[in-house]
Amino acid sequence: MNEVLVRSGGLYTTVQDAGRDGHYAIGMPPSGAMDRYSFTIANLLTGNPGSTAALEATYLGPELEFTDSRTVAVTGANSSVTINGASAPMWTSLRVGPGDVLGFGPLKTGARPYVAISGGLDVPEYLNSRSTYKLTGIGGFGGRALAEGDRVPLGRAQDAPAEGTTVPEEFLPEFPDVVELRLVVGLCSYRLTENALNSFFDTTWKVTKDADRIGYRLRGGTIDFVERQQPFGAGSDPANVVDLGYPIGSVQIPGGNEPIILLNDAVTGGGYATVGTVVSADRDRIAQTGTGGYVRFNATDVDSAVQARQDRDAWLHKLRTVLSG
Amino acid sequence: MAETTVRLPEARYEFGGDEFVFVELDREMSLQANFKAMAITGALRDRELEGVVDICPSNASYLIRLDPGKLHPTELVEELRRLEHSVGELDGNRVVSTRIVDVPVLFDDPWTKETLLRFRDNHQDPNVTDLEYAARINGFSTVEELIEAIGSAPFIVTMLGFVPGLPFCYQMVPRERQIEVPKYVRPRTDTPERAFGYGGAFAVVYPVRGAGGYQLFGIAPAPVFDGTQSLPDFHDRIAFPQPSDILRYRPIDRAEYDHVRSEVEAGTFHYRIREVEFSPTAFLENPDSVNRDLLEELYR
Repeated sequence: MNEVLVRSGGLYTTVQDAGRDGHYAIGMPPSGAMDRYSFTIANLLTGNPGSTAALEATYLGPELEFTDSRTVAVTGANSSVTINGASAPMWTSLRVGPGDVLGFGPLKTGARPYVAISGGLDVPEYLNSRSTYKLTGIGGFGGRALAEGDRVPLGRAQDAPAEGTTVPEEFLPEFPDVVELRLVVGLCSYRLTENALNSFFDTTWKVTKDADRIGYRLRGGTIDFVERQQPFGAGSDPANVVDLGYPIGSVQIPGGNEPIILLNDAVTGGGYATVGTVVSADRDRIAQTGTGGYVRFNATDVDSAVQARQDRDAWLHKLRTVLSG
Repeated sequence: MAETTVRLPEARYEFGGDEFVFVELDREMSLQANFKAMAITGALRDRELEGVVDICPSNASYLIRLDPGKLHPTELVEELRRLEHSVGELDGNRVVSTRIVDVPVLFDDPWTKETLLRFRDNHQDPNVTDLEYAARINGFSTVEELIEAIGSAPFIVTMLGFVPGLPFCYQMVPRERQIEVPKYVRPRTDTPERAFGYGGAFAVVYPVRGAGGYQLFGIAPAPVFDGTQSLPDFHDRIAFPQPSDILRYRPIDRAEYDHVRSEVEAGTFHYRIREVEFSPTAFLENPDSVNRDLLEELYR
């Protein structure tokens, strides 16, 4: 069997694909690659269909030893990538053979590098997806992050782009100091005073150390809730509502001072008031914002949210044409 | 009686970004709101609309996940408004095919007790157990009376979620007889797998070990989630509870707990289940009589 050897798992590296859709109603989040844009490009550079399982690393990437000839590509967070200790370019189709070792140095900007390997990571599917969901230990490689000594099976490689194929500059994501996130206000935003909502948008929020695939906790301001008579069944905290479903990307503010953005592995529902939802295309940017980074929210509407998603898809389509041309 | 006088407001439609539509049927919990959520989401499921990814009924609201590349969220909202007006009003003749299930629970067990004692600093009243606290604030003179009240009437599954397989259960009694407790002041970082908890007006069984904020009353010997699908009740799906299931939480002793655990470990356990036809209207008119019939059917 063809496999890749894990010499170091890095900080937190998991197998992810386009996600496990269709089980939200039982409380199962989709998981899947958090930065969908970088993930898709990594697959394009290795000749894989865009939704093929790849590796998502966090801050520090893994060290991988190959056992056969493959095309590999690293995208996402701006990292120092090496092959057999020599510097290698990101966003480029790289050719490796048996015994070659892909490694990572310190990260410069961003938070999550992606590693795609031609043929994809051939771990068993669980509910039609290879994405890791750590809470219940399902999917991916044994339902967990990669560790030293793991041997991850690889699929049969298809034709990959020529060695050295590189993504043009204009397609590379930016990693600004303050990340702007478009947010559709709504859901239970009626729980906030008008001043509180304005202050939410005026605040530059700092990402705390509690920031992972489940969600990001932010600090930087205090938000007031409208006073009320507690509705039956809601619970006594001003931020409580009768338990309801949470959209992925939705923002809640328990305690009034710690907004949480829910992400790919989040709980699917609960009893806190949600005040809006980050548009799906901008989850790519959250994924590349790490602890200590800053975010701001900009109000937008549902039409712009759909447009942002279409624009990203069109951009990826254009890149596909450029790379195959 | 109180439940029959509930008048629901106009539904409120909200966009959860480009991938979700959230519909709030009421800000407070009632069986009427939940029956309406189940009716609308059931009708939407029957439509098999292209672009609808997930249909998630919840307690007094519902959430739809969609693929905006196939269905624009504003188009979905138009369809949902139509459904609200065609099926949202409770039709007196509507009958729901569902299941009533016996769910054994060991109350005041050593495992959740050990956990709750570790987190006394997170609790409203650090000097008593969660059961003692809940009995007191709900006007029961003893813990036994509280446990008896939980066992005396079944619960209906009004929502699944939080984590895979977790059933939010609302007791099928008028509002004045509902047990209501606050969630922990600060959530625990640990909860045993299969713990039976209570928060707001909802009872839950925690599918997996993890964080939680509900008051801890006991533990169920049988799982609600089985990712390996090895038990017979899980062959078709990984989560046992389904929306609108009627669950009877039956207090058991330690000997029965140990017996059920051994069956679960041997892979032979299966829940006691009866298929029933349930009329929401008949229930709202006379809950005690409908509950009596349901329990009779379950243990016949």
